[in-house]
Amino acid sequence: MTATIEPEVGKSRRRKEDERLITGRTRWTDNLTLPGMLHLAVLRSPHAHAKIVSVDTSAAKDQAGVVAVYTATDLDPASEVGMPCAWPITPDMKSPRRPMLAATQVNFAGEGVAVVAARTAAEAHDALEYIDVEYEELPVVLGLETALAEDATLVHEELGTNTSAVWVFDSGEAGTGASFAETAGDAEVTLTRRFRQQRLVPAFMEPRACVVDPTGTQLTMWSSTQIPHILKTMAALTLGLPEHKVRVIAPDVGGGFGGKIAVLPEETMALVVAQKLGKPVKWNETRSESLLTAHHGRDQIQDITITAKRDGTVLGLKADLKADMGAYLGLVGPGVPILGAFMFNAIYKFPAYHFACTNVFTNTTLTDAYRGAGRPEATFAIERIMDELAAELGMDPLELREKNWIKHEEFPFTTVCGLTYDSGNYEAATEKAKQLFDYDGLRREQAERRASGDPIQLGIGISTFTEMCGLAPSRVLGSLDYGAGGWEHAAIRVLPTGKVEVVTGASAHGQGHETAWSQIVADQLGVPFEDIEILHGDTQSSHKGMDTYGSRSLVVGGIAVVKAAEKVIAKAKTVAAHLMECAEDDLEFTGGSFGVKGTDKATSIQDIAFAVFSSHNLPDGFEPTLDSEATFDPENFSFPHGTHLCAAEVDTETGRITLRSYVCVDDVGVAVNPLIVEGQVHGGLAQGIAQALFEEAVFDESGTLTTGTFADYLLPSAADLPSFTTDRTETPSTTNPLGAKGVGEAGTIASTPAVVNAVVDALRHFGVTDIEMPMTPMRVWHAIQHGTKAAGDIGSEAGGGLGSIDASGGAQ
Amino acid sequence: MRITVTVDGTKYSDEVEPRTLLVHHLRERLGKVGTVVGCDTSNCGACTVHLDGHSVKSCSVLAVQADGCEITTIEGLAREGKLHPVQQAFHDNHALQCGFCTPGMIMQSIDLLADNPDPDEKAVREGLEGNLCRCTGYQNIVRAVRDAAHHMRPGAGPEAERMSSQESASHVGIGGE
Repeated sequence: MTATIEPEVGKSRRRKEDERLITGRTRWTDNLTLPGMLHLAVLRSPHAHAKIVSVDTSAAKDQAGVVAVYTATDLDPASEVGMPCAWPITPDMKSPRRPMLAATQVNFAGEGVAVVAARTAAEAHDALEYIDVEYEELPVVLGLETALAEDATLVHEELGTNTSAVWVFDSGEAGTGASFAETAGDAEVTLTRRFRQQRLVPAFMEPRACVVDPTGTQLTMWSSTQIPHILKTMAALTLGLPEHKVRVIAPDVGGGFGGKIAVLPEETMALVVAQKLGKPVKWNETRSESLLTAHHGRDQIQDITITAKRDGTVLGLKADLKADMGAYLGLVGPGVPILGAFMFNAIYKFPAYHFACTNVFTNTTLTDAYRGAGRPEATFAIERIMDELAAELGMDPLELREKNWIKHEEFPFTTVCGLTYDSGNYEAATEKAKQLFDYDGLRREQAERRASGDPIQLGIGISTFTEMCGLAPSRVLGSLDYGAGGWEHAAIRVLPTGKVEVVTGASAHGQGHETAWSQIVADQLGVPFEDIEILHGDTQSSHKGMDTYGSRSLVVGGIAVVKAAEKVIAKAKTVAAHLMECAEDDLEFTGGSFGVKGTDKATSIQDIAFAVFSSHNLPDGFEPTLDSEATFDPENFSFPHGTHLCAAEVDTETGRITLRSYVCVDDVGVAVNPLIVEGQVHGGLAQGIAQALFEEAVFDESGTLTTGTFADYLLPSAADLPSFTTDRTETPSTTNPLGAKGVGEAGTIASTPAVVNAVVDALRHFGVTDIEMPMTPMRVWHAIQHGTKAAGDIGSEAGGGLGSIDASGGAQ
Repeated sequence: MRITVTVDGTKYSDEVEPRTLLVHHLRERLGKVGTVVGCDTSNCGACTVHLDGHSVKSCSVLAVQADGCEITTIEGLAREGKLHPVQQAFHDNHALQCGFCTPGMIMQSIDLLADNPDPDEKAVREGLEGNLCRCTGYQNIVRAVRDAAHHMRPGAGPEAERMSSQESASHVGIGGE
């Protein structure tokens, strides 16, 4: 028997991925050059809404290096096929066809009109200048309420409406609780608030890119995508290509945050152009193109009503949403608000809930998944209105939460939305966070500052949250009309030397799958961490998968790996029993060896691997392989939770916000790699805080994106953010064998309301009840002056652009 | 125009268009694809390299301006299989996730440490202000830079890649705990 090996799961392993990334030996899509490769550049509409009268490409075709110039009609018949939307949320959902290139009309600024193929990228971009397009401008419709007005200009005249779909859930009708209308009569307090989720840009650091090689037996596409498997299938369906003739490779991918869950017009265009020309082609976007045309996120108006008793008992919640889809529907865009629909109740157990969402078209870049997708919006609404309710009732906001949350002993708990939360301990996370934060001490200091009229006021922001991770379950996705399943696939190949290759369908883009999956397999098979290689992101080696988004990789893909390992062990056991001439029941598997109980006889999995490879002495009829495959579809989502506390100092004379401390205690169940968990939380916090303080995509009245570069769209730098205090509690998930819950989106979901609650808390005695995001110094100052909500009318100039730059100095 | 540059210790002589940016020359002509392009407005810093010992955003330098210069990229930092202390510190402190900003971030950090061999948190945050990261929230990057400071000769900065074998021996390897 080998000695007991320290478990890998739970270790803060430094990452296997790092070596290539810190030495510059990375395979970004844009690093790839193939023999004879041409470069693509796309001509984009300067208008948000216009008829295309004519396109003249003749001069461009004569430019140096230009091989071809195509418009929509040249790409026919492929251009007749619209870009896919995989989530028809209602049977009558309006889904306008989005062509690869606009043929007759452009519907947002940045929509592609023509594509140039040239020898170099510079020549391709140069030639764009020589394409002559005549437009006939149309009135532009921007803003949710404008678009829904009775006489509104229509983005798509043929649809007869700017409403794509209306989706409704009521706990009374669904049988999961009372109806909101029933309980409203019992309420002693009714509060209604309007919150705005500004439009954000996922802003992955690696711009999107793809390379297509048509010269092999398969059409091979490299793409900076989060979803190589879905892309392969959707591109094949969209273009009518036989799926087995397409191979998609996502090499190293430089971030996604939901922004690379898409089947891009440029990707399908590159497939068509490469086939037409018979040569490899590359498309690599500029950052300005990315900000303009890669999908945006959030952009909702939320009208929220909460009803309660005077003692703080919440009776019901009503959420009425309007969500801006932009000019077209993205791959999963229509479903994003619905992912939030089941989370507006958060960690609370009130009896009645009503949700309605109206998805709306405007002449803007389309919106789709962005880190958290629907859940940050929901968490923001409930955590903001819980604070407003606490203020109304004169209660401490933490006490109000505790009065209404699901108690530790009440799990598993079925919520008003019909979800069953398997496990959670909000008490433990909150208590730990309070201690780390010095909640009581800061409340005392806050009171002193208020009393003394200190120009720097202190606010405390609370966010106690949960989220729904691990999409699948496929049956649930089906009930929501999502166009695919949510299972994940894994395969394990035990090589003749006993080393192990693991294939996963969850293709990573920075999350550290190679390290975490190695830790899981090392524990399962008892082989060294270093002897395991994780293969992903190539539909040839990883032939099945549902890819990476929604914090699903570990809790779906990681469990598939566990299941595959169990199959390997079962096979190896048969061989071990045969080799050691004993019954399988006499064997126990520990530390990578099968030992005969009560003896010192043992054989290692490496020895078995070689025995299987040589096949000289195997049980009769044994298929000579230790390889395995598993596909896992979970029975339930997982529900990580946490308590986030933020202390913000607000200069009442300038509106400047300084984040003095930020403490969060997250419960992600069992942490496979605590170092990676901590990193995910840090990054998530930065994105959520940035929504509160810095970021907004802004269009002017003509539909031009005024935040079209990184000089205008304010991503926070190191100087704009504080250090965070992070800690964990560990309440294992009871619905998967690892006990893991997922962490990728937690920080983003929880932090935005924590920061806004802190700033409003600092200023509540000035009569401030809300400040629109991003909370620029101008908006904060305006709120102080006017003692009420700082409305959006001063905000459109302030948001995202210069106003935010002022804010950047404020959050150190 | 004909230019000669020494990149990571190798001399290259090439004809370039006057408009060619250094980053494109490095990537497209010399195959130094470890240096990446993240934006087109010189805001993100992903393309940061050292030009005659100091950090520059290679998207804001014309290739012809680099004529006769010595350039160090991320690919030239590790010597004889040994990581630069800043590279090692980024690994040790989990200071990267997707890794796209990492080459620029490391090159900028080395220059920052040349100016200030023992920076406090504020100095690191301000010194890295021109380099954007979307994954890490910067906290572990700050930690890594301060950790690296303890493993480098004071003021050695960009030259620290030529660290003594004794220093490097105590701080090598990757992938282990």
